[in-house]
Amino acid sequence: MALLEIAHLSLRFGGVTALQDVSFAVEPGAISAIIGPNGAGKTSLLNCISGVYRPQKGTIRFDGADVTHLRPAARTRLAIARTFQNIALFKGMTVLDNLLIGRHCHQKTGVLGGGLYYGLGEREEIRDRGHIEQIIDFLEIEPVRKQVVHTLAYGLQKRVELGRALALEPRLLLLDEPMAGMNAEEKEDMARFILDINEERGTTILMIEHDMGVVMDLSHRVVVLNFGQKIADGTPEEVQQSREVQLAYLGGEAAA
Amino acid sequence: MTDALGGADTFPKLLARNAERLGGRAALREKDLGIWRETSWRACQERVRDFSLGLVSLGLARGGKVAIIGDNRPEWVIAELAAQAAGAASVGIYQDSNLTEVGFVIDHSDARFIVAEDQEQVDKILGMIDQLPKVAYVVYSDPRGLRRYRHEKLLSFSEVEVRGRALAKEKPGLYDENVARGGGGDLAMICYTSGTTGQPKGAMLSFQNLLTMALSLHQVDPRKPGDEFVSFLPLAWIGEQMMSVATALAIGFTVNFPEEPETALHDIREIGPHVLFAPPRIWEGLNSTVQVKIMDTTPLKRFLYERLMPVGYKTADLRLKHGRVPLLWRALYLFADLLLFRALKDRLGLLHLRSGTTGGAALGPDVFRFFHAMGVRLKQIYGQTEISGISCIHPDDAIKFHTVGKPIPGTEVRISERGEILSRSPSVFLGYYKNEAATREALSDGWLHSGDAGYLEEDGQLVVIDRLKDVLRLADGTRFSPQYIENRLKFSPYVKEAVVMGQDRPYLTALLCIDSAVVGKWAEKQKISYTTYTDLSAKAQVYDLLQTEIDRVNETLPGAARIRKFVLLYKELDADDEELTRTRKVRRGFVEERYRGIISALYGDEERIAIDTTIRFQDGKTARIQANLSVRRLEAGGA
Repeated sequence: MALLEIAHLSLRFGGVTALQDVSFAVEPGAISAIIGPNGAGKTSLLNCISGVYRPQKGTIRFDGADVTHLRPAARTRLAIARTFQNIALFKGMTVLDNLLIGRHCHQKTGVLGGGLYYGLGEREEIRDRGHIEQIIDFLEIEPVRKQVVHTLAYGLQKRVELGRALALEPRLLLLDEPMAGMNAEEKEDMARFILDINEERGTTILMIEHDMGVVMDLSHRVVVLNFGQKIADGTPEEVQQSREVQLAYLGGEAAA
Repeated sequence: MTDALGGADTFPKLLARNAERLGGRAALREKDLGIWRETSWRACQERVRDFSLGLVSLGLARGGKVAIIGDNRPEWVIAELAAQAAGAASVGIYQDSNLTEVGFVIDHSDARFIVAEDQEQVDKILGMIDQLPKVAYVVYSDPRGLRRYRHEKLLSFSEVEVRGRALAKEKPGLYDENVARGGGGDLAMICYTSGTTGQPKGAMLSFQNLLTMALSLHQVDPRKPGDEFVSFLPLAWIGEQMMSVATALAIGFTVNFPEEPETALHDIREIGPHVLFAPPRIWEGLNSTVQVKIMDTTPLKRFLYERLMPVGYKTADLRLKHGRVPLLWRALYLFADLLLFRALKDRLGLLHLRSGTTGGAALGPDVFRFFHAMGVRLKQIYGQTEISGISCIHPDDAIKFHTVGKPIPGTEVRISERGEILSRSPSVFLGYYKNEAATREALSDGWLHSGDAGYLEEDGQLVVIDRLKDVLRLADGTRFSPQYIENRLKFSPYVKEAVVMGQDRPYLTALLCIDSAVVGKWAEKQKISYTTYTDLSAKAQVYDLLQTEIDRVNETLPGAARIRKFVLLYKELDADDEELTRTRKVRRGFVEERYRGIISALYGDEERIAIDTTIRFQDGKTARIQANLSVRRLEAGGA
């Protein structure tokens, strides 16, 4: 059974149709990619899945359950994590603190328990710090562990944001342009992290990416959007062969 | 020798002795997941036993070779001792070596076993496994990313340990028998020297070589069991072997491994080592960090620093010159120590430091003085791989910045008629592996030929000038040592690398690489905006700054051997571009070939040179650089 099922999803902002009757499924353990020209509705789709936008029509099922009307926080508890196209970290906090926030939904202590610290608070703190350290090791960000985020290079901040999403122990990881604005070396590192997350942790990944080389190398499955509609869905090879995709990317005349 | 070591004459025997005497105390410590984790001497011996027997069960024979490649981790040392316990020798490979270098060493050393740290290293080896027919097994210690790898020759560190434990159950006395069969004269390791020219040569060192060295050094620079040491330089380098393995086992001190190479300086601070051995670039790095940070600190702290450092300098000069410090200065120093030096040393992690040494190249007198001023008695050491790493060290009571000190006990040093430094001691190596000709050349008439030019001062301290073959002549016959001048240039905080040229030319010229951190800071202060390294190094103001630095060096040089023209290079010299060796020495011939265009401009009338070139990254990718270099002409003053 598919981990994520999108059925007949439509999203409108006033008179603008962002998504129209989009359906596809994400198999557990796969790396899937959403591609498409600018304004195709890729981020809108991701926002529907993570709960930022409410679609007017259609359903989103996660692990068999209908999550279409759940609030974002509730989806987080179901272990859906995401990163953002423009980094959305707490810039004034350290890398460690940013990552620990990713553990928030696993913490049971309230203001009082956490404030008292001893007892449950302490145990959770130790458990979560241990968890975070695994992620720091995994993403190779030991040297910047205690640095304030805004002092870090852009590529490193992207890595920290990925780390925060991982701290959630996600079953579905949504990545919105993980490679945007990176140089060749950083892209290569990021590609390796995505593969390792998928292989070693078995996390299902759905990403939006513009770098076609990366998409074709990493993904098992590619969904192509154009003007809010799905125009292709298949393996990278199938999608590359699709006449409609070529038209969408190269324009009518060039492909004709 | 063996008396001091309780009868143990090999590393595995010393490990057994330490496991018995020091038992539960820490032998190794590694920072993992943010926490320092200890391995006691006893546990270390058990891991060595398991891994050793595991290798034996896979067919490692006495006299075999085990090549090891990776960052500094406990597994590196465990693999080395395990090989030695089985009567085999270890072969260290620099972890950042490129494919050709790795392939050459593995093949030349006849290693059947490779212990590789992680995916990066395993990829290097599996990528050329077809050209390495002698390799039977590749063992990795970090499984990250390797889960999907299937190769008949690939297995994990823990699989080997499991095999070892099984064999230990089957034949309980086997490990001890293997260890007992070893002797001091056995080959312990082959150290491949990163030659500045040609293929690397494998220097064979016996346990006796290494242990006499460790004990002789201990006599003049004592360490204690329980001392802390941080191992962060490549373990394939003799200098690190000398400390982290030979001395650590002989004395019984704790070796700490940083979390990642990039966190080493931070981890040093956490450990607060008693013993620190580092090449000049580390000391220079600490020095410039302090200077950069002082510029940024609060006015009060800067005020204290500026008033109290002179007290430290004065006291250090008095002690170094006269051996004694008058009471007044001692009192002042105590005051400065409380207010400044303790805090400064604490920040750098040098508060507990008892033995701080530098080696591998010359360290600038300014940097030396800086550390002596804050109470770190930094000493120079000198040696070659072929003499187990060290032949001379500064005596405690006579530290002179321009010398490399006196021979350690048991070592004789003399100067040949050609001006070459020769040495003789029980630590001189057994020869180069499979290279008789080179061995004969290095060991002719019973002395080790260093290839360095130098002289002895009246008090017996050795001064090293340069590599013998690197003493060059201008077209008019004037002799000069490019390295000597380069080192003087590099003593400037603004200069990262310098290459001085002039062989068969009418005058001397220099290619300089600026230190981007220090010059960048300076540019900020001067309100000079810049984008990249290339841009910064092309600024006229930066040229002016560097010109004053060169003028200062020129003043100390004889008129004919002064630098007349220089260029600031558009990129840093890099080992990945083969411009530096792995130990960061300039490969002069290669650099002169590569920058032929720039050099010919230095000897022509051009004022500007247009550059359009590609640079190569470690993974084989390339990038294009376009720049416009200017040639700066200096006053031919004094010539």
